[in-house]
Amino acid sequence: MNRLTHLFQRKTSDVLNVYFTAGFPQLNDTVPILKALQDAGADLVEIGMPYSDPVADGETIQRSNQQALDNGMTVATLFEQLQGIRQQGITVPILLMGYLNPVVQFGVEKFCQQCQAVGVDGLILPDLPLEVYEREYRPLFAQYGLQVVFLVTPQTSAARVRQLDALADGFIYLVAAAGTTGAQTDMNADVDAYLSRTRALGLRNPTLVGFGISDAASFAAASRHTTGAIIGSAFIRLLQNTPAAGRDAAIREFVAGIRPVTSLA
Amino acid sequence: MTLTAPSPYRVDAAGYYGTFGGAYVPEMLYPNVEELRDNYLRITEDPEFQRQFTQLLTDYVGRPTPLFLAQRLSQEIGTTIYLKREDLCHTGAHKINNTIGQILVAQRLGKKRIVAETGAGQHGVATATVCALMGLECIVYMGEIDMERQKPNVDRMRMLGAKVVPARSGSKTLKDATNEAMRHWISNPTDTHYIIGSVVGPHPYPDMVARFQSVISAETISQLLQQTGRATPDFVLACVGGGSNAAGAFYHYLDEPSVRLIAAEAAGQGVNTGHSAATTALGKPGILHGASTILMQTEDGQVTEPYSISAGLDYPGIGPQHAQLFATGRAEFMAITDKAALDAAFQLSRLEGIIPALETAHALACLPLIGAKKDDVVVVCLSGRGDKDLATYTKHLDEYAA
Repeated sequence: MNRLTHLFQRKTSDVLNVYFTAGFPQLNDTVPILKALQDAGADLVEIGMPYSDPVADGETIQRSNQQALDNGMTVATLFEQLQGIRQQGITVPILLMGYLNPVVQFGVEKFCQQCQAVGVDGLILPDLPLEVYEREYRPLFAQYGLQVVFLVTPQTSAARVRQLDALADGFIYLVAAAGTTGAQTDMNADVDAYLSRTRALGLRNPTLVGFGISDAASFAAASRHTTGAIIGSAFIRLLQNTPAAGRDAAIREFVAGIRPVTSLA
Repeated sequence: MTLTAPSPYRVDAAGYYGTFGGAYVPEMLYPNVEELRDNYLRITEDPEFQRQFTQLLTDYVGRPTPLFLAQRLSQEIGTTIYLKREDLCHTGAHKINNTIGQILVAQRLGKKRIVAETGAGQHGVATATVCALMGLECIVYMGEIDMERQKPNVDRMRMLGAKVVPARSGSKTLKDATNEAMRHWISNPTDTHYIIGSVVGPHPYPDMVARFQSVISAETISQLLQQTGRATPDFVLACVGGGSNAAGAFYHYLDEPSVRLIAAEAAGQGVNTGHSAATTALGKPGILHGASTILMQTEDGQVTEPYSISAGLDYPGIGPQHAQLFATGRAEFMAITDKAALDAAFQLSRLEGIIPALETAHALACLPLIGAKKDDVVVVCLSGRGDKDLATYTKHLDEYAA
């Protein structure tokens, strides 16, 4: 069974998804950070494939993308790094997130094959249009056992949310407020109303909230109406500011600090 | 403006030109792009819109722009050359044809604020101008490096009341200014309209901008008919960065196979020097700024930074319609070096008393290369005037001592 499906069967609240950029801060940090996140208790991990023009991302993730590219990170290198992780005790569900162009240049089918070979469970490709997904990508994703995650924003119409929910099979990624990643989202009444409104739609997929979730308070507020939340920029800042020697401990502390009560669930 | 006949060179119902085009945008931009897609034809084909658009082009922009028979240049090259004088538009380039159209669309969509990107600053100035005219707030993103290179245009935008924001991400030039403008739009989805400056971006932008710029070829047809007795030239030449002036100059000739369409790209220091912006020569199919097109990129699909002496051609992609014109062979793409463009700029200045923009000079530099015969009629889209490039031209004055 797909690890994502298994996770959401087992756990229906306070799910913590942590994002980090592959090849950052150092080229070969990808797998050590993945392992540290698993050990710290992250429920799933989203690995960003760096891109030169990440339009949906704010400054923090832009800079981590650029740093990773300067380090020499590529899609091919990422698959080399992930080779064998499932045999080495990495059991946490893994999503790859990235913009479409590097995937297209790598070759979509070859990309899916490689994902399956290394044990990737799902994909988030924010600039993949829905109709192109349905026509060209969906059969390939299915063939290689990859689940797909779609984004929904406060501006997405209810009809489109249902359409996205019908096609998604990983979870629905709820963007907390209009903006790019890392924006200072105030978990205010508007956000709460949006999350509660979305919950009322009774979606078939689990929902995780992202964009602006950075600490225990915003995680708790975001998780009230959803299956859990996603932390990206705040974790990238931690990686930026922590020397390699103290990193595993810092990651443990970070994850425990986000979800103090349920981290042992 | 209402040409809708099926054509392999025009956008289809799904927003594509062959395999190019589409709307590859993250969900955060989907409602904005959808709103525009669902409304742009209804709005722009409305008679009241048409009346207002045409009136502003006439009374404010100064259209129709002249079609000028360049006799001394014709004699020098050995063919018959007409210059479509977009350089005489208010603000000094064709860019304002598009910004007038888009500000009228923005008003009808009830938008309160305009965001735009700019490279050389021409589109930024044209946007700041129409925002002042219509009383809308204007924010222009410009690469930090371009702000230094094109300071007079930064000052013009500020004089017009626009806020110019330096794009500090990536390579700090046009592509990054475009990323920043898109990010601004993502963060302000309901009250802001993004005025893209070229025939790039997600559908419907390439088609909408081409329609606004199509006034260039519409006028050319009637002016040429009046002056020569024929409506179709043998050649139409235009430069292509993103490609908006070319899209407008080609528009009504796309389905006239007897008209050879020539697109001039910037070869920079030479196509294979690593300092070039010749997208069709160096690029391959990919996705940039919301469209499937041809773009310059690494093997890993990272977008590479182009180089050209002309900031307006310094873009790693081309509009999806141009990608289709290239792929089908409908248009011929030529790569013009910095040096050839400078030669052509000085030649036009000395022979006709017209200082062209550096971008435009790339189109002029194609003239000796197309094999036009003496009686052939060649139309060059003189997209912009060269005042903004005087600093660059001045550096080379000694090489072109009169």
